[in-house]
Amino acid sequence: MSGWSQALSGFGAGKGESATISGNRALQIEEPLLFEQDAAGRCGVDLPEPPAVSDRLGGLGRKGPIGLPGLSEPQVVRHYTRLSQKNYSIDTGLYPLGSCTMKHNPRLNEKMARLPGFADVHPLQPQSTVQGAIELIDLLAHWLKTLTGMPAVAMSPAAGAHGELCGMMCIRAALDARGESRRRVLVPESAHGTNPATAAACGFTVDPIPADARGRVDLAAMKAKLGPDVAALMLTNPNTCGLFEGEIVEIARAVHEAGAYFYCDGANFNAIVGRVRPADLGIDCMHINLHKTFSTPHGGGGPGSGPVVLAESLARFAPLPWVVHDENGFRLIEEAEGPAAESLGRLKGNHGQMGMFVRALSYMMSHGSDGLRQVSSDAVLSANYLLAALQDELTPAFPGPSMHEVLFDDRFLKDTGVTTLDFAKALIDEGYHPMTMYFPLVVHGALLMEPTETESKDSLDRFIAVVRGLAQRAKAGTAEAFHEAPRFTPRRRLDETAAARKPILRWRPGEREKVAAE
Amino acid sequence: MTVKYTEDHEWVRLEGDVAVVGITDYAQTQLGDVVYVELPAVGWKVEKGKEAATVESVKAASEVFAPLTGEVVAVNDELSGEPGQVNSDPMGKGWFLKIRLADPKDFDGLMDEAAYRAFVEGLG
Amino acid sequence: MRYLPLTDADRQEMLATIGVSSVESLFRDVPPAALLARPVDLPKAQGELEVERALSRIAAKNVSAGSVPNFVGCGVYRHHVPASVDHLIQRGEFLTSYTPYQPEVSQGTLQVLFEFQTQVSLLTGMEVANASLYDGATACAEAVMMANRVSRRSKAILSGGLHPHYREVTETHSRFAGFSVAAQGPDVMGTEDLIPLIDAETSCVVVQNPGFFGHVRDWTALGEACHAAGALLIVVVTEVVSLGAVEPPGAMGADIVAAEGQSVGNALNFGGPHVGLFATRDRYVRQMPGRLAGQTVDAEGRRGWVLTLSTREQHIRREKATSNICTNSGLCALAFSIHMALLGEAGFTRLAALNHAKAVELADRLGKVPGVEVLNRSFFNEFTLRLSKPAAPVVEDLAKAGVLAGVPASRFYPGLADLLLVAATETVTEEDISTFAEKLEEILR
Repeated sequence: MSGWSQALSGFGAGKGESATISGNRALQIEEPLLFEQDAAGRCGVDLPEPPAVSDRLGGLGRKGPIGLPGLSEPQVVRHYTRLSQKNYSIDTGLYPLGSCTMKHNPRLNEKMARLPGFADVHPLQPQSTVQGAIELIDLLAHWLKTLTGMPAVAMSPAAGAHGELCGMMCIRAALDARGESRRRVLVPESAHGTNPATAAACGFTVDPIPADARGRVDLAAMKAKLGPDVAALMLTNPNTCGLFEGEIVEIARAVHEAGAYFYCDGANFNAIVGRVRPADLGIDCMHINLHKTFSTPHGGGGPGSGPVVLAESLARFAPLPWVVHDENGFRLIEEAEGPAAESLGRLKGNHGQMGMFVRALSYMMSHGSDGLRQVSSDAVLSANYLLAALQDELTPAFPGPSMHEVLFDDRFLKDTGVTTLDFAKALIDEGYHPMTMYFPLVVHGALLMEPTETESKDSLDRFIAVVRGLAQRAKAGTAEAFHEAPRFTPRRRLDETAAARKPILRWRPGEREKVAAE
Repeated sequence: MTVKYTEDHEWVRLEGDVAVVGITDYAQTQLGDVVYVELPAVGWKVEKGKEAATVESVKAASEVFAPLTGEVVAVNDELSGEPGQVNSDPMGKGWFLKIRLADPKDFDGLMDEAAYRAFVEGLG
Repeated sequence: MRYLPLTDADRQEMLATIGVSSVESLFRDVPPAALLARPVDLPKAQGELEVERALSRIAAKNVSAGSVPNFVGCGVYRHHVPASVDHLIQRGEFLTSYTPYQPEVSQGTLQVLFEFQTQVSLLTGMEVANASLYDGATACAEAVMMANRVSRRSKAILSGGLHPHYREVTETHSRFAGFSVAAQGPDVMGTEDLIPLIDAETSCVVVQNPGFFGHVRDWTALGEACHAAGALLIVVVTEVVSLGAVEPPGAMGADIVAAEGQSVGNALNFGGPHVGLFATRDRYVRQMPGRLAGQTVDAEGRRGWVLTLSTREQHIRREKATSNICTNSGLCALAFSIHMALLGEAGFTRLAALNHAKAVELADRLGKVPGVEVLNRSFFNEFTLRLSKPAAPVVEDLAKAGVLAGVPASRFYPGLADLLLVAATETVTEEDISTFAEKLEEILR
């Protein structure tokens, strides 16, 4: 076969009347895998010839090739540019994923995190040479403690779920110190999956508690489950239905009277930042997703950062390292000794997600205490505006007011033949990322929308018009069109069953031909 | 041949003192496309009402509880390559495991077909 | 406020649509006593210029590793990252997208993850890799917990050549998750024999290659002993560039590889964010923690990618999940993957050879300094020195003299006062080596 006739063999040439020869669709350009662009010896980096030395690898030098493909820099730049264009992002448009807080990511924060004094500093340099880095951790800790009203914060957790782990380990450590072997943890059915997974990872058993008809914790049912074997309650507030747990003070009192601790999942802190200090609600610990409330970018799935604020009763168990400040400057305590003698130990390598700390602090300083208050106001206002504008066309799961996100169920789609999934996929064709679907589990066919405070009113109005229009179309009996959606994306609906039945989790030479032949 | 059922939507067919176990057509419909079945090792002891296997669709994982107490004497290895048989032929090629019953009389305590059908209808 | 698009007029209109007079009434479910009447006691909003000035002032208090001769390693390595890497990861479609749960609008991130998984599998010599974990230390703890699930046992043996942070994170998990850890004391000379410690209770043995003190070892016999006893061999790699020169863990019989990927594509960042690499054998894939991207086809039969085998994960399996991890290190994995794509086979192996050659030159030069003994017979780009004086004050003195000399072992093991770990990457120059050797000689004199 000649080169030019082979050249398109790796491409997904389209079918039907809109098919092109290349499979490309104008700005949507097909892009083969890196491994399909290999030419032996080609390289995108120029490195000097290594000086001739006799090797000291102890006879364990690599014996065979690795199998990495060779590409030049222009090919690599084009590869990732084309791939990026197949992603939706906040920079592209409104991203109403409930409980994910997809807000604008200011670029100042990126610039600050790349200052050599932060990015090009080694965690194991002598502490005398990294005083600014430790000071920055201490300063961010001060902001977090002030905003939450809590006396202490553990800075090292790497993400929200890691923060949960940290908080629940602190609770286990406190119980152990009290000589108590309480092992049952109460978790509402509406909780994010990380809550029960975390409790189990800390050696606890999970006992679900039901929601009441108003979408809140059923206080009576919760109280009935309290007992001498209950270690903690894990509660998200505002909860995953977008509602404030109005009885939270009573809940906290009941939990404490039973001798248990109150873990608050702070994933939804964006709704109350600057307006409510969680300490005033009676919580014992709470993680804060810096990649949600404080706008460090989600990056297609991380990295995040999940500092955990702690009450006095849990503070002494906080993981290593600790930051202390005395007349000699800032210092990291890296061993369980001195004031950190009761620390539960280390949770990750080094000192936490410094790159995320810089971004979050840059965000906080930009907003200030007044701006952060406006953040939660506008986030809540925007969510309630969606609720008000959609409530006659969609079916709200619970009456308002909502906090920063609003939950609908699928009653409005009853007998239309359109499912929540179809509705979400149709939204993609309209140029929007779908809302969170089928979560929380406490309502049928959930659609959870979180607009955040960084959308203009025009943007919200356009989104509302589209959602209303889609709901009207669904009710008008056009289910078939919904089942076909999305039609304008780089790929149509993908076969997840096939992916899971016969997993192909990496490229292998010849894999493509093998699959094609089957 | 007598087939009986459990409230966890398993069917059980007795062959001598060995019970063949699978999930019902109702269960496979509820699960959707089955992508994976995790089966116990032959020789394991299973206890009535305790987890004996796991069946997974793309978005859910469900435990399959042992309908009766006994020892696993065979499992359907074909399901690892063809989990879709649970959907296409749940009462036949989609069987899960065979249990040598500790007490074959336990079988009599399960629901017959009419009772199971009424049970499913009651679920709405 | 520059990030908030709503005007006061917008807000009034929106309140009118909602049918309330003020935002306060939307907070009416909050207990009144908990509502703050005024902003908390923190500085007010600032413009870009002011924030940049304030943060730059803090940054200036640090000595950046690139500004001086730098030999600090111990699991975090300063390598040159090509300019295009940082440019590409800042494309908004990568930077500001969420986890690719909606595959039709996330094919870019999903293909990246599929390519990343392939690269990690190839480098480690393993069959399958996940889409990343937080860092190497948490990957190590996850590997041990996975080995416990696979073997249905609960005792892990940790080598004295394992990075102390990795050991400590694993120990922390062991206390809460209820498994036991037999951690060995520091293996300074790289001579420990773990085979006699393996018994019928052992779920896994965890070793590091090259080890914390720099030794390169062949773990094949250990792997065979593990397998004979029904245990798993976990190999940790803290300097992933070594895989361009050293036999990969997969070739030594590893069942799980837990590695730190920071060296490729990622800055030092004072220790985070970094990127945990995790690879294993196909037969264990359903016990793996973390996300996985997989290949499939779309409704028109075209190749595409999705997140798959999700029933292992917390959002479906809840308390029975293989791990509680949700957010991982997606953007750091992207940086790793781009840098690795630029390097390719030729570039990556040359980079590894360069690192090794620099380290050999450094060892030869420092070994001639009176009062210095190089302890390693084998190493990749990092090795251990025994000094005639306690290492910590020597390192402090060298920092004052403008050299970041490495890490005193006493930072992890107070008893090992005279040991210094030094690393050399491709960023080290001949002048750097001479400066280090000369100043060290002055201080030890």
